[in-house]
Amino acid sequence: MFQRSSAAALAALSLVALAGCGDTKDKSSSGGSGKTVTVFAAASLTETFTKLGKDFEGSHPEVKVRFSFGGSSTLAQQITQGAPADVFAAASGTTMKTVTDAGDASGQPTVFAKNRLVIAVPKGDPGKVHALADLAGAKLKVVLCAEQVPCGAAAKKALAAANLKVKPVSQEQDVKAVLTKVRLGEADAGLVYRTDTRAAAGQVEGIEFPESAKAINDYPIAALSKAPQPALAKEFVQFVLSQQGKAALGAAGFEAP
Amino acid sequence: MTVLRGRRTQRSADRTRGRPPLVLMLPALVGLAFLVLPLAGLLWRAPWSTLGTRLGEPQMLEALKLSLVSATIATGLCLLFGVPLAWMLARAPFRGVRLVRALVTVPLVLPPVVGGVALLLVLGRRGLVGEWLDRAFGITLPFTTSGVVLAETFVAMPFLVISVEGALRAADARYEEAAATLGAGRWTVFRRVTLPMAAPGVLAGAVLCWSRALGEFGATITFAGNFPGRTQTMPLAVYLALETDPQAAIVLSLVLLAVSVAVLATLRARWTATP
Repeated sequence: MFQRSSAAALAALSLVALAGCGDTKDKSSSGGSGKTVTVFAAASLTETFTKLGKDFEGSHPEVKVRFSFGGSSTLAQQITQGAPADVFAAASGTTMKTVTDAGDASGQPTVFAKNRLVIAVPKGDPGKVHALADLAGAKLKVVLCAEQVPCGAAAKKALAAANLKVKPVSQEQDVKAVLTKVRLGEADAGLVYRTDTRAAAGQVEGIEFPESAKAINDYPIAALSKAPQPALAKEFVQFVLSQQGKAALGAAGFEAP
Repeated sequence: MTVLRGRRTQRSADRTRGRPPLVLMLPALVGLAFLVLPLAGLLWRAPWSTLGTRLGEPQMLEALKLSLVSATIATGLCLLFGVPLAWMLARAPFRGVRLVRALVTVPLVLPPVVGGVALLLVLGRRGLVGEWLDRAFGITLPFTTSGVVLAETFVAMPFLVISVEGALRAADARYEEAAATLGAGRWTVFRRVTLPMAAPGVLAGAVLCWSRALGEFGATITFAGNFPGRTQTMPLAVYLALETDPQAAIVLSLVLLAVSVAVLATLRARWTATP
């Protein structure tokens, strides 16, 4: 009895799963009366873009904005492999270049923001970190981003500019992972974007350092050439570049391009 | 070739039991294709010409060694604690055994990343137990190879427990009773009667456990971080290689695949000769 009902449940579940998998643009967009615009954006944009998405939906009642946040290079890979995205906002020029080189961007990408690194330390700064040079201390547990991802490349550049050798205990896969390690107190310090420490204010403290000027990340945005919703894609890009977009980005700690 | 052989066995089956029903065969074949095709894709896209040089890269060998060592130690820990746990679930009657069984299987359904965070909250430097470990013994587990082993053990142990418990339940308890009436103590019964009877299940569980540990990603990167030679196992190396060099990621995946297939095949041939 139990077996039969669980088998039926399984069958039903797999049907649902299959239906869910075949998520094509027409289905997801005609799910009511409106359309859906899909935005792939760097992890560091999570808070700002979520808010901007809500605002965009507010001014376009027919439209739903769907986000996929992640490491820029992963997202770029997904786009060149044919992921159905309308807009791509990257945390570095190199990751955007992957997409433009593959011919997947419609027109030239526009830089809409800049972000700089800060030292993130747990609340109360138990490791007594005041400047970038302190990260080279032998007893300090430092986490950085892996060099393969934009925040890691920036960290490497900043440390090289300061002529410092830092031995991290871990090279994390994205900037939010670094932040988590600092937030939980597992690491004494980490290099993250200024916007990340703002978003986690209260749990981590951000320490600015002058060498960060040598490693400033550009954030380019582009509508994609294979966008399921090309008109909406352009509109969303314009919205991010608008005064309203700039204000939201500025409030989160981004710098103007 | 395989099709022909398939036909022949099918024909002999026809005579005895009739044709296999299409309603089963069709989904079975779809399922098989779904599982096999992605692997074929990996083989098809593999950079065969540069494979040799890529395989010799020290960072890859480092990651492979770390993966094999940590997965093996994790399996050892799983056996050490998991077999008694399975015995408890199968043989020791107590109230709330269902609840305990459900708790044991939690890591199966928990996203491994959440498992990693949970481990941090308990065993991390500021965790419930970890803080005491740090203060009393100066031991910190995150960002160490021990951390990798712990993360893998956490994720893989349920596989072993479930498998062994199933084997213990299937084993005939009358042999144990007979041994007990002949004067054997409970420990002797377990060692001389119960364990040998459940051996195939223990081995199957250990193999499953080892494979799961070898492929572990989420809990490891969350709890132990990622540092080459210390905590960067093969799956972590694959993930990071994907960021910049997908070809390297494919090579790493192939190596992992080849190693696990080789080990599983050897084990199967040697010890788990199922009829």
